[in-house]
Amino acid sequence: MSTAEGVTRVPPRAGDPDITPEVVAGHGLSEEEFERIVRILGREPTFTELGVFSAMWSEHCGYKNSKRMLRLLPTQAPWVIQGPGENAGVIDIGDGFALAFKIESHNHPSAVEPYQGAATGVGGILRDIFTMGARPIAVLDSLHFGDLASGRVRYLFSGVVAGIGDYGNCTGIPNIGGETFFDRGYEGNPVVNAMCLGLLKQDQLIRASASGTGSALMAVGARTGRDGIHGATFASEELSADSDEASRPQVQVGDPFTEKLLLEASLELIASGAITGIQDMGAAGITSSASEMAGRGGSGVEIDTARVPVREPGMTPYEILLSESQERMLVVAEPGKEAEVHRILEKWELEAAVIGHVTDDGRFRVLEDGRVVADIPALPLTEGCPTYEREGVESPDVQTLRSMDLSEHAKPSGDLSALFLRMVGSPNVASKRWVYGQYDTTVRTSTAVRPGGDAGVVRIRGTRRAVAATTDCNGRHVYLDPGVGARAAMAEAARNLVCVGALPTAITNNLNFGNPLKPHIYHQFREAVLGMAEACRIFETPVTGGNVSFYNETDGRAIYPTPVIGMVGVVEDVDDITPQAFRTAGDSVILLGRNTDELGGSEYLYVTADLVAGAPPAVDLLAERSLQQAVLAMIRARKIRSAHDCAEGGLACALAESAVGFGEDPWGVDVTLDDDLPPVAVLFGEANGRVVVSSAPEDAAEVLRIAERHGIPARRIGTVGEIGGPFRMHVKNAQVEVDAMRIADAFYGAIPAIMDAPAISGV
Amino acid sequence: MKVAVVTFPGSNCDYDLYKAIQQVGGEPTFVWHRERGLDGFDAVMLPGGFSYGDYLRAGAIARMSPVMEDVVAFAEGGGPVLGVCNGFQILCEAGLLPGALVKNASLRFESRDVLLRVENTGNLFTADYEVGDVLRVPIAHGEGNYQADEGTLERLEGEGRVIFRYVDAAGAATDAANPNGSLRNIAGIVNERGNVLGMMPHPERAMEPLLGSSDGVGVFTSLSRSLVPATS
Repeated sequence: MSTAEGVTRVPPRAGDPDITPEVVAGHGLSEEEFERIVRILGREPTFTELGVFSAMWSEHCGYKNSKRMLRLLPTQAPWVIQGPGENAGVIDIGDGFALAFKIESHNHPSAVEPYQGAATGVGGILRDIFTMGARPIAVLDSLHFGDLASGRVRYLFSGVVAGIGDYGNCTGIPNIGGETFFDRGYEGNPVVNAMCLGLLKQDQLIRASASGTGSALMAVGARTGRDGIHGATFASEELSADSDEASRPQVQVGDPFTEKLLLEASLELIASGAITGIQDMGAAGITSSASEMAGRGGSGVEIDTARVPVREPGMTPYEILLSESQERMLVVAEPGKEAEVHRILEKWELEAAVIGHVTDDGRFRVLEDGRVVADIPALPLTEGCPTYEREGVESPDVQTLRSMDLSEHAKPSGDLSALFLRMVGSPNVASKRWVYGQYDTTVRTSTAVRPGGDAGVVRIRGTRRAVAATTDCNGRHVYLDPGVGARAAMAEAARNLVCVGALPTAITNNLNFGNPLKPHIYHQFREAVLGMAEACRIFETPVTGGNVSFYNETDGRAIYPTPVIGMVGVVEDVDDITPQAFRTAGDSVILLGRNTDELGGSEYLYVTADLVAGAPPAVDLLAERSLQQAVLAMIRARKIRSAHDCAEGGLACALAESAVGFGEDPWGVDVTLDDDLPPVAVLFGEANGRVVVSSAPEDAAEVLRIAERHGIPARRIGTVGEIGGPFRMHVKNAQVEVDAMRIADAFYGAIPAIMDAPAISGV
Repeated sequence: MKVAVVTFPGSNCDYDLYKAIQQVGGEPTFVWHRERGLDGFDAVMLPGGFSYGDYLRAGAIARMSPVMEDVVAFAEGGGPVLGVCNGFQILCEAGLLPGALVKNASLRFESRDVLLRVENTGNLFTADYEVGDVLRVPIAHGEGNYQADEGTLERLEGEGRVIFRYVDAAGAATDAANPNGSLRNIAGIVNERGNVLGMMPHPERAMEPLLGSSDGVGVFTSLSRSLVPATS
């Protein structure tokens, strides 16, 4: 019932708790936010309305502590079809095709129930893609865990990998890459981010909006149950030692089989023209999907919870509105097309029910069997979430760590060959085959570069093109210097793409941080976003969407700040696709970029001194951009046979990775580096701006010329040896010499030796 | 070659088989599991995936789909039937092939390229290979561990019905080359009549060098060549 002032009266529902300050605080809302709600409604909210606001104004849905900074990120370019604000970003990739892509976190649920937490993370990101009208063509996963020495970490790691694998495998989407990083900085809270790419013809794009007064709102897919209630609010809190047991009911349970049916049914629905809008019921379930669609469409919605198919009787409107049961969609059917929607869903053995309709009054109105239980103006609900800019001050501890004198550690100690094998076998350098060996990587028969390379590549059938994607973030570097670390993550992502032959085109980001109300965390967040924004501008890779995950803390200890970059690129001709592995004995090995004596934040320090300290390697974004162009020019001129980025473990480990390839017998290597630098810095320093390429000997001079034209330092450092031959690196006054087969054993054997050891205890 | 690609709820390699058939000049048609009748098709293929989510047991629910009665009749009439991965599991559940596929010995999903030795070329599916050829073909399964009783295994071996075996680069059927614990490294078998092939590896994913291997093409060309077109 509306009053003359537009204020609606909604009587309290029998059995619902009273609205007390404790109940408000329990919903994660501040007094100031509660007052704003009262102003918006012109009265106190009902319990149902309070739940709705709590979810929509949670950090997860409302971005209240991040929105102001996120506005600083560049989001536009001629090739951007859809920027931030939709289910996923969309870019033009040529030949009439578009790519939808996005990354999303499931850190909190994965910390509590790793298998389901990770699995449902994949499910959610797939739905974000196919609700754009795009067919998912690839998944990537960015994982950051604590040290594998911990039994609990091994439990989380194996559960997360199995969860991601089972969900992606069952739905038939190949996993094409990502990253896996281990450091005790992630001991309490793993970072579990999943990215999905989807392909569509440009004219197939559909947006998530509810328009057309009288159109039916239909709930499609799985029934609504009591699982995941208030997951969005849960994801906006810190964890504590007893979060495990207490929070498990907030973790949803995934059903990838239903997801596969929903995927096919949704694409068929979109193609049929029977629907005008579709959105995943993800975080905050029906509440967010319905109110956001109303907000975007500039319309209103009216839903009756009694018409929502539920899993058990007796669910209250509050529970139905906030349930995060998986594999559900909200679709807007054109008037008269409901039967067609039913017909398509029936074919896929899925349920659909009309639960409400689109109105023209701008309200988000909820009834329970005809009786109003919530009546809220839609726009203030979706857009009115208060946003904050917090105080940011760098932690003095980090300043101390960053300025630590590392010169003692730069001195070579003991046998460098043994040290080298130790580095190759450290979990951050070693092969992640244990992970991606559990992921289907070849289904859909388009994966041209599988996981294990610099970036995954999927060809586009019917064209000469392919798309490449990578995820990158070295949290250690961001921790030691957020601005530099975020720039480095961008630079590494772009190097990974050009190494496979792709032009970096756009990014999605997943900003994983601790509690933003703490000044040192907000400082990390602000500096990281500023660094990322600068790199996005220089690389011409706008942000088309992403996700913010705050409160990654356990017992007050935050994870390393981890702004994961999910970058996509376009390969213009599949013949440009370049492997990271060497191809031919006798080829010239050429180093692009310059070695430095930067050991700060390196894997070398972590492995040899158990230390995360020093200034992370500097990033010259303009030089990176020139390097990217140089590598692409070499590839397009067909002058190089392999290309590989230098990252964790430095040049020595990059050469080792090019030698071992994809598990075939490894190549020997013989290189000489005459830099006047400490040997360990040359071997294991993680200076940015470097790529190792190989070329036929007769092409080496042209490769050097192309580098020179782009202003990139380059030199021939040696040759590729015979298969199974010795791996030799001569540096000033020292050398590494090991049998290439031993490198392969260390590289491939390291993680299985930890994870598959019988009778691991300590879980 | 007119081929029915039977799709079940949860099939996810249907499109890949479709493209592989087209690549060798065949005419594929998707047949939804609730449709009936396979008249007019020269061959029937059951794709990989997770029919009914592999809930209960891989292939156990799919084999009760209406179309399976027609698939059985088609096979009994001598028509060529190929089941890949989940398709192989369904053929075993339906009784068209002996034995069963249980959880991998590792208890994990296994996704990688394997090497297969061609054991017999006297059938519709491998005529274009030579005995002893070693093929590089991807696998991706959680339940591909082939098990059968000793008598069945002896019969399969004795009748030359083991078509593919997991081997190493030297062509030896070692334990290290066996990705899932299958008895005798068995990767693919045919029925008594030789017209029904089930295999865990995915030949349809090994059709072009861009994707890593074209060693699977022979399965499709062999079949195509062995068929007299049903029409004209």
